[in-house]
Amino acid sequence: MTHTQKRVFINNAVMVLSTLSALVGMGFLLWILSVLVINGVEALNLNIFLNEGAPSGNPDGGLKHALIGQLYLVGAATFIGVPLGILAGTYLSEYGQKSKLSETIRDISDIMMSAPSIVIGAFVYAIVVHPMGHFSGWAGSIALTIIMLPIILRTTDDMLQLVPSTLREAAFALGAPKYKVITQVVYRGAKAGILTGVLLGVARVAGETAPLLFTSFNDNFLNTDMIKPMASLTVTMYNYATSPYEDWQRLGWAAAFILSMFILILNIIGRLFLLKKKGR
Amino acid sequence: MATIIEITENKALEVKNFEFSYAGTDAPSIRTLNMPIAKNSITALIGPSGCGKTTLLRSFNRMHDLYPGNRYSGEILFHDRNILSPKEDLIHLRIQIGMIFQKPTAFPMSIFDNVAYGMRLQGVKNKTELADRVEKALKDAAIFKEVKDRLKHDANGLSGGQQQRLCIARAIAVEPEVLLFDEPTSALDPISTAGIEELIVELKDRVSIVIVTHNMQQAARVSDYTGFMYMGELIELGITEELFVTPRERLTEEYITGKFG
Amino acid sequence: MNNLADKLFSNISKLVAISVLLLVAWIFTTLVQNSMESIKALGFDFILGNKWAPNIEKFGALPAIYGSVISTFIAMMLAVPVAIGVAIFLSELAPAKLKTPVGVSIELLAAIPSVVYGMWGLFYFVPIVRDIFGGVGISMLTAGMVLSIMILPFMAAVTRDAMNTTPDILKESAYALGGTKWDVIKDIVIPYAKAGIIGSFILALGRAIGETMAVTFVMGNVHKISFDLTKAATSIPVTLANEFNEADSGIYYSSLFELSLLLLVVSFTIISIAKFYFLRRKRIA
Ligand SMILES: Nc1ncnc2c1ncn2[C@@H]1O[C@H](COP(=O)(O)OP(=O)(O)OP(=O)(O)O)[C@@H](O)[C@H]1O
Ligand SMILES: [Mg+2]
Repeated sequence: MTHTQKRVFINNAVMVLSTLSALVGMGFLLWILSVLVINGVEALNLNIFLNEGAPSGNPDGGLKHALIGQLYLVGAATFIGVPLGILAGTYLSEYGQKSKLSETIRDISDIMMSAPSIVIGAFVYAIVVHPMGHFSGWAGSIALTIIMLPIILRTTDDMLQLVPSTLREAAFALGAPKYKVITQVVYRGAKAGILTGVLLGVARVAGETAPLLFTSFNDNFLNTDMIKPMASLTVTMYNYATSPYEDWQRLGWAAAFILSMFILILNIIGRLFLLKKKGR
Repeated sequence: MATIIEITENKALEVKNFEFSYAGTDAPSIRTLNMPIAKNSITALIGPSGCGKTTLLRSFNRMHDLYPGNRYSGEILFHDRNILSPKEDLIHLRIQIGMIFQKPTAFPMSIFDNVAYGMRLQGVKNKTELADRVEKALKDAAIFKEVKDRLKHDANGLSGGQQQRLCIARAIAVEPEVLLFDEPTSALDPISTAGIEELIVELKDRVSIVIVTHNMQQAARVSDYTGFMYMGELIELGITEELFVTPRERLTEEYITGKFG
Repeated sequence: MNNLADKLFSNISKLVAISVLLLVAWIFTTLVQNSMESIKALGFDFILGNKWAPNIEKFGALPAIYGSVISTFIAMMLAVPVAIGVAIFLSELAPAKLKTPVGVSIELLAAIPSVVYGMWGLFYFVPIVRDIFGGVGISMLTAGMVLSIMILPFMAAVTRDAMNTTPDILKESAYALGGTKWDVIKDIVIPYAKAGIIGSFILALGRAIGETMAVTFVMGNVHKISFDLTKAATSIPVTLANEFNEADSGIYYSSLFELSLLLLVVSFTIISIAKFYFLRRKRIA
């Protein structure tokens, strides 16, 4: 074999290997996805949306408590986290810009985005659950807010920086004060991007389980009082899936399916927004 | 119709009825193009932006095959074989027909390794042979003096002009028969440009050269033949002096007198 | 009027931005404070002790540390080569028609909550591991494998992104010298994108080590150091997930906070290395 033939041979071998690994990787992921869809769809029925949790063996058990609890937990976190994140991101992009303080906040936020979420749970346990003496929906929401904050902050910051400075200058030239330039011109220019950030942030915290385990804890029944422990889809999923009861496990798959679809749809919508923005 | 002079000397390449369309486009970027390329001489390709110069040049070493979906037909003869044939050994072809790009493309490795790269691909392992050939290539590319003390340094530390000469050294180190230059000086300052031009002229004893340029003075300075392209066609191919002084086609005349483009 | 509103807006937004820093400081101090009891009582025995028995107030975190390290190591060993393969496929090999759909689905899979990977692992992967490798299937090995599958999409996507930063013209130059695809990848693309690729692997490592739900289902929470990978084991996040709600005594509680602190410090360090050392240049605008 000449050297070149050897090179061609190695090349082909590597290409086969890489295609194979792509197939293996995609195969596993497809497997997980199909398991999720098959089990999820099979377990879906109207009762799931209408009924609360029930003891195992009761065919009427549903996920209404977890769905609504999830909505409260994520809703409250969004309600607090989004405005705070946007404000902080606005500061970085419009006021702090490349200052040392801004860069530090950016770095720390980037790290926080990848930090273990269970530790956030421990932190909230210490500052909320322990002093209160019991788990609560609020504790869970606070944990989710802390996880969401850096995501919103960084995307807002990035998206605002993409707004061309000529737009700002044009507005300033008309004599508008800075806060009006920001809220009326800059935000408008970055609308799609910020919205994408919000969607991705919501999607991200909606899938969090670990930080809820010992903050919002769980409840097998419907509760809309955030002072009390509260059910979530994720913790319910964990509890049901690890239970020995088959009907509960089925409900766990239904919860997994509903939640995953929700998260996927948010991600897809977020991407479409960005695409549309780029297309223009 | 196009005016294409007869080339009496040997031909390095001969394009016959070549047509080319990019993936995803309907209109061909090159249509029925015929063009001889003389051996051991410099052929310049000029023409307004988008006329297909780069497209034609990249057909000579089948660069277009890197991207799926491009379509082409016709023949490009090289040593009497049609290099557009699907059976063509592209690795071998690209060793014989080298290419220099618009921007310097130093690889992320040392100066020495950059120049040795093509030889190593061909299996040259002997240290002294490599060192000798690297030195020779660097000398031929008129850059040896500047880099001889830092052969082990990262090539990206060189200036733009030096990097471009390094790329030429890298290309000639594998002793190609044809060298393709796509606007090799458009990213360089005037002094580096003059150096590269001088180098190109020196190289033609050993290789046949096709150079795409936007700079008509450059074409006039370095080339023996000049081809004027317009909207995917070769309008005129002539001896450089004649083409610039007494163009035979109206379009050529308009272009070189700056009426458009 | 406008002046006042302007000041208000800038100061409030600054306050919120700074509060992010304060929050992180608060997290650290809270964890340290709550760990104090265990730090004082146990000292280095906490990290070096291999017996974790809350009923007799023994808290040696070595088994959990060992489990975190080994399961993450297994995950990385499996995921890195596959991620590189997938990235090569996506950036250099796949026909244009496949590139985007496959690429996007991999990115979307990275968004699926880790608890789903854990559930899948428990019901579908555990039996297979049991049949092939023996044991009960709940094991260090299973945890490492499920973890590797969970981090694969993220790793493949970022590796591909890093590889895609290589300018076409540089790759073409290597092809123009007669390089094969593999020559170009190993000599040009990988060296060019090296910092980005290594950085993303380390970032993935930082995430994997703190991952809780993908492994909690399949690891077993057994505090015992065993070199037999088919045995049930535990890791720091698994211990936290399983025991936080049970901690009754002060020192048990405090030792769990010390575990949290340890985990946070380790992942902060790893992520910082990835970010500051390897991914620095990637910041654009
Ligand atoms: N990758 C591509 N896909 C589709 N069309 C392309 C592609 N590259 C070039 N074209 C089109 O093909 C035609 C010829 O382009 P080419 O790059 O060969 O022109 P050129 O003469 O080299 O121009 P310039 O002087 O600007 O470099 C143009 O109309 C261009 O828009
Ligand atoms: Mg061109």
